[in-house]
Amino acid sequence: MEPLPILTYPDDRLKAVCEPVEQFDPELREFAEHLQHTADQGPSAVGIAAPQVGRMQRLCLVDATRAKRPVDNHGPLVLINPAITNWKGFAVGREGCLSIPDYTGKVIRAETIELTAQDIEGRIVTFKMKGFEARIAQHEIDHLDGILFLDRLVSRHADLRER
Amino acid sequence: MAQPQPWLLLTLVGADRPGIVAHITRVLFGVGAELGETAMMRLGNQFAIMMMVRGAGNPEEVAGLLESVRADFNLKLHVDEIDASLHQHREPDISVTVHSADRSGIVAEVTAALLEAGMNILDLRSDVGGSAEKPIYIMQIDGESSAGVEPIEQCVARFADQGLTVRVTPLETMRG
Repeated sequence: MEPLPILTYPDDRLKAVCEPVEQFDPELREFAEHLQHTADQGPSAVGIAAPQVGRMQRLCLVDATRAKRPVDNHGPLVLINPAITNWKGFAVGREGCLSIPDYTGKVIRAETIELTAQDIEGRIVTFKMKGFEARIAQHEIDHLDGILFLDRLVSRHADLRER
Repeated sequence: MAQPQPWLLLTLVGADRPGIVAHITRVLFGVGAELGETAMMRLGNQFAIMMMVRGAGNPEEVAGLLESVRADFNLKLHVDEIDASLHQHREPDISVTVHSADRSGIVAEVTAALLEAGMNILDLRSDVGGSAEKPIYIMQIDGESSAGVEPIEQCVARFADQGLTVRVTPLETMRG
């Protein structure tokens, strides 16, 4: 399976708001697998969103099991039509993006979040996430709204305590 | 195809006032120069610039181009040809924050300890806060540690006895 081409900044599609997924069918499952395969080819990616490969739908992958150090996680997740319903606390962390090669920067994210989404079968799922996994989810959900981490950069010397 | 000119490193320092960056970069833009990575900050009451530049000639020519602005702002200017290139970023995986009452030797002692523990410094910023009567020293260091966090923590633990608060935090870049 060939990885899907990843759009890179400043491609306008990375700035677009994605449409909800309405069809939960084998093609969607196949796409999610293809998207995972694509992320696997990148440099240590822990998530990817559908618009990064030009599919303008609200689907993203979150996988905190791939963190270098063990972190709290819910395993590899396919999040479809995700929405953050609650958030608490703030933390600074360094982020990069498959669509923005050779640049990383500091971003403030909520420390803990609650989100609801649909899984690959269309079932409603909810998660409480914290720390690194919550950061991944916020980064990927931002992609679905056309927001890049570049839009959220804070001073490179920002130093809220990492948790 | 012509080889690109080598990168030059411009360093400029002078009393901080509005317009230094705009005037310097306007001259460089006007001759078609390319800017690479830059770092600019206020240190004391001075404004300091480090800037990668190419395409504006050799060091003497660049100094000549900037002479008028340099004189207007009373800046100290230095230009060196450097063996540098873009897209050579490295990601820090450890952060060390140090603070204490100000005294001499903090940077030398802490960085020597970090070196001994295998840490390579990628970014260091320090400042003196508090008051003139009771100054405090704050230092933030980002770097890479091939051996992980533990050797760094063990190595800096001794500073607690010397009145320094040292916090070591692992960093992980989230990429997605």
